Amino acid sequence: MDFFSWLQYDFMRYAFLAVLIITPLFGLMGTMIVNRKMAFFSDALGHSALTGIAVGVALGVNNTSVSMVAFAIVFALLLNLISSKVSSATDTVISVFSSCSIALGLAILSQGGNFSRYSGLLVGDILSITPQEIVYLFIILVVTLVFWIFGFNKLLAVSLNRALAKSLHISAGWMENLFAVLVALIVMVSIKWVGILIINALLILPAAAARNLSENMREYHFFAILFSVFSGIVGLVISYYVNVATGPTIAILASIIYFATYWWGSRNNV
Amino acid sequence: MRKIIVPCGLHCIKINHLGVALGGQEILKDINLHIHCGSLNVVIGRNGAGKSTLIRAILGDIPHTGNIEFKDRENGRIQKLKIGYVPQSMNVEKQTPVSVYDMIASYQSNVPVFLKRGKKIRRQIEEHLEIFEVSYLMDKQVCNLSGGEQQRVLLSMALLNSPNLLLLDEPVSGIDKNGMELFYRTIYRLKENYDLAIILISHDLDYVRQYADKVVLLDGSVRRQGSVREVFQSSEFAQVFGSGKEET
Repeated sequence: MDFFSWLQYDFMRYAFLAVLIITPLFGLMGTMIVNRKMAFFSDALGHSALTGIAVGVALGVNNTSVSMVAFAIVFALLLNLISSKVSSATDTVISVFSSCSIALGLAILSQGGNFSRYSGLLVGDILSITPQEIVYLFIILVVTLVFWIFGFNKLLAVSLNRALAKSLHISAGWMENLFAVLVALIVMVSIKWVGILIINALLILPAAAARNLSENMREYHFFAILFSVFSGIVGLVISYYVNVATGPTIAILASIIYFATYWWGSRNNV
Repeated sequence: MRKIIVPCGLHCIKINHLGVALGGQEILKDINLHIHCGSLNVVIGRNGAGKSTLIRAILGDIPHTGNIEFKDRENGRIQKLKIGYVPQSMNVEKQTPVSVYDMIASYQSNVPVFLKRGKKIRRQIEEHLEIFEVSYLMDKQVCNLSGGEQQRVLLSMALLNSPNLLLLDEPVSGIDKNGMELFYRTIYRLKENYDLAIILISHDLDYVRQYADKVVLLDGSVRRQGSVREVFQSSEFAQVFGSGKEET
């Protein structure tokens, strides 16, 4: 059997390209999401995709992707604002807004018993990606890289100690909001291919696994991106031969890497 | 500790009518402080007296009324005030992959720490860590440092852009009695050897008695300020601390 036979199909080649863009992007973003303890935040954002589509449907928008992205950005900024104003625990606040928004989305989309039209979003399907959509993903990757190169230090500084960052004239609010918007954009642009149910796994697992091995930011980024790209490519190929959905296969591989690194890290006292 | 510059005593920092209100509640009212370089000014007060709020207001982390002036006493010229801040602790829990270099460079350099180490900033950080004899910690993870080590690293970081004013929030946990003694001795040597003024928020009156040049008793407003003797023997002090011991 020719190992690369899967590459003879267009849909597999496109999926492969998409994986090559999405996985490093997720590995990169994951490092900061885990550092800032925003796992719950990105999860809530993923769920808000349904609400965004619902809002689009309710308003009669033709392209629901636009309403989805717009809603996610507003939702992300709102969550940031409320978390900074309300004194109760951030996870409770996020949970309240997330539940409220997803309930609203489900209510609107299920009207008239039509929800099955949208259920594909839950699991995602990377094999249906088109070249134009790959271009969108690529643009987001470039934007993220630019933000990372110019903003990462500041973002890290803010997350280590906000008051200290402010004393050095680092605009904490701006950095936090920009990062939240970027997470919202990335989650929304890739949710159709990865699926609402596991998008967070792909964001969190590679970074969490990298933490088991890393002592500084360079190692952290290197391992997070390596694990992410590795589980992405291998997951795609396995899913082709075994005939299961690609997203879950990638997430399973990433989980295995997490447990392996956890075991290795605790044995070697990292 | 290397001696860099002797304090000239000619700069002063004036905090005029500073007030802070959060959520409609007045936390600090009409704070007036006059601070000279080369002096150790200690702010004391019971829990909830607004000590940390004062620091955050001076840092610009929360909005305040009134103003802060930094003046050259000889010609009265107003200059831009550079503040070095030493927080009580950093948000690093176990396993956080942030090395001492990563932490300091993230605040002080534009070379992205995830990509490479900048040679110039690395040398600079090393020099400053050496002031407190902790340059060997450069590549250690911040979360694995002891309380005292972390404190000295944070002090080195605060001195990196030659501040005129050093704001310190005294560590309350993770440091034993010997560590505290060392902390105060370090601060003392710092004020003798650097051209800067120090404001320290303290929770331990014994050390204040021993090391402070000026004490500010805070309780929503400045209840009393002056030398250690003046403040410690005042009726306001007795009122706030009862028998003379802090309740923390």
